[in-house]
Amino acid sequence: MINASNLSKKYGSNSVLDIKNLEIPKGQSFGLVGNNGAGKTTFFSLLLDLIKPTTGQIKSKDILVSESEDWKPFTAAFIDETFLIGYLTPEEYFYFIAELRGQNKADVDGLLSQFEDFFHGEILNQKKYLRDLSKGNQKKVGIVAALIGNPEVIILDEPFANLDPTTQIRLKSIIKDLAETQGVTVLISSHDLLHVTDVCERIVVLEKGEVIKDLATSTETLKELEAHFAGNQVV
Amino acid sequence: MKLKHFFNLEWKQYFRSAYWQKSMALNILLALFALYFIVTFLALGIALYPILKDAFPDQDPLIIVNSYLFYWFLADVVMRFFFQKLPVMTVKPLLTLPVKRRKVVHYVLGKSVFSFFNFLPLFAIVPFGIMLIINDYPLVSVVIWMFTIFVITLIINFLNFIIESFSSETELSFLPIIALAGGLFAINYFNLISFTSLVATAVNSIYETHVFIIIPILILIGLYLLNFKLLRGKLYLDSSLQSKVKEVKASNLDWTRKFGEAAPFMQLDLKLIWRNKRPRSSVFILVIGLLYGLFFYPNPTYQDQPWMFAFVGIFVTGIFLINFGQFIPAWDSGYYKMLMSQNIQYKQYLKSKFTLMAVSVIIMFVLSIPYVYFGWNILLAHLAAAIYNIGINTHVVLFAGSFNRKKIDLNQRAAFNYQGTGAVQWLVGLPLMALPLAIFGASYYFFSFEMGCLVLAILGLIGIVFHQKLMNIITEKYLDSKYQMIQAFSQDN
Repeated sequence: MINASNLSKKYGSNSVLDIKNLEIPKGQSFGLVGNNGAGKTTFFSLLLDLIKPTTGQIKSKDILVSESEDWKPFTAAFIDETFLIGYLTPEEYFYFIAELRGQNKADVDGLLSQFEDFFHGEILNQKKYLRDLSKGNQKKVGIVAALIGNPEVIILDEPFANLDPTTQIRLKSIIKDLAETQGVTVLISSHDLLHVTDVCERIVVLEKGEVIKDLATSTETLKELEAHFAGNQVV
Repeated sequence: MKLKHFFNLEWKQYFRSAYWQKSMALNILLALFALYFIVTFLALGIALYPILKDAFPDQDPLIIVNSYLFYWFLADVVMRFFFQKLPVMTVKPLLTLPVKRRKVVHYVLGKSVFSFFNFLPLFAIVPFGIMLIINDYPLVSVVIWMFTIFVITLIINFLNFIIESFSSETELSFLPIIALAGGLFAINYFNLISFTSLVATAVNSIYETHVFIIIPILILIGLYLLNFKLLRGKLYLDSSLQSKVKEVKASNLDWTRKFGEAAPFMQLDLKLIWRNKRPRSSVFILVIGLLYGLFFYPNPTYQDQPWMFAFVGIFVTGIFLINFGQFIPAWDSGYYKMLMSQNIQYKQYLKSKFTLMAVSVIIMFVLSIPYVYFGWNILLAHLAAAIYNIGINTHVVLFAGSFNRKKIDLNQRAAFNYQGTGAVQWLVGLPLMALPLAIFGASYYFFSFEMGCLVLAILGLIGIVFHQKLMNIITEKYLDSKYQMIQAFSQDN
């Protein structure tokens, strides 16, 4: 589904990302972990063609993301709250996104009704602008908006941060469901090793922009990751 | 916490803001503007006495000035509302520190006294007062007079504080002030209550009976205390420091469907304009723009200078275009990344902006039709200007937008909100007005007025005919600078 080759991003002489080869098959739930500055967001930004790679390329479904825009219809993302439009209400925002993705109101309402639990009554019909919602609620809106229009690739940067425990658990089941039953390729990054091992079938560890571990999740994975990051701290 | 800490914090906030560092040029411009006003006021202050003496030899210039003070004060109130920024400090971090709340409030209020707007009148008042003294007015009375005006200026300063804090809580922030100022003006104009003579009498009696100065001073103190009370009450996290949560009043925008694929963006743009303070102010400016012609047309000196008509026409019909257009696409900078990762066509995005501007030009032209009262020439010039605006200026402004690299933070509240609400934005509009004016002026000079209108209109029509082509070029340009724009817009100011 997604293929990165010789991908690198440099700011001046400072290399922030350098990936020789990375292949993410369709329907995989893919987790990206690493400390601050490891290059997680850079990778996602490159995948969304928000920044230009210094070398190499990313292909999504054999489409070169930096040259064609044909990847956009089947790709959705929520990177941070700048993806939200502060002066819209959540409903208006969902409908706006839906319209861009060729969905009608009924489609959206159908989708939203599945997330009543997730929203916990704090999002819909609140007569509030997105800018006035709490950080956690903003995040919920952004995540659900990324699910509109049956995308085949969903990219979520730090989806668990700022969410309350209940919502984190619900989000995990949503993500699992997407990858396992709907065949969606889900890419998430997280600082929370527990969550990411819970959700993802494959975990890649980035350090200073390079892939240093590529693990298929098993019962041992969490321990291995914890050992790895604890070791990092000592050095 | 000492005063010097406050100063220190503010100093750093000001000079370390990326905005200051990035746009030196803009700051220089602001300084030039300030200088310009200072010089103008100085000249006014010096020249006023001789001019009035000359024009009305049998009247006392001071009395004449006093009789117009009402308008001065009224203008002061309105100008301040739109251009003076309330000195809001970043108080949030201070709340948990051992600083007395009253000290913070006193500091904020005290700081507002040092606003440029309070000193500007002095540049006119002091020279005028000196002229009076030179011309044998009693020294003490004149000093009292000058002091009175200054005290009233400060009263307006604190009044503005209250007006702004109240109006910022209402949805139509500028309506109260317009209603207030317009109401006062109308009441005065139709002589229901003559504020002009009231103010004049008041100032005159202070001039004659010095003790009365105590009244404005008491008002000033009263206002200060009222402000103190209001602000102190707001120094809690749950009130003003937290951004206000407004109930949403959604309106039905289904009629935008007529614009086809650009409809979602049209809806977004309309909401953008209506729900955010800054773009909303560009709607208000429409009113100013519409009335702008009244400065010129009734004035006989301009009647035989028809080249002015084209200028006013470009300005009146294009005011929204200039005001709103120059910040495309920065209006959307807050969520530009999202737009770019969405399944959108740049062309439709731009088309929505174009439609909005073109429609505004047509509306403004229709609204300006009554100017025909001052002559058919004016209507003709406005029509030509409107066509030019639609055909050329819209495209120019869109094209220029692709060079836009400055983020606009829509959520930003009053504090340090320099971004484009000041005089500077008019400068950006200069080429939009200067070019058609030059074209019109040249054809008027070499041929005739009608020829000038014709040339403008033809240029505009050419632009309209090649609209699709031009939009393709513009879209191309936006695509080219996509990465730079994303990068620039994601930087915080």
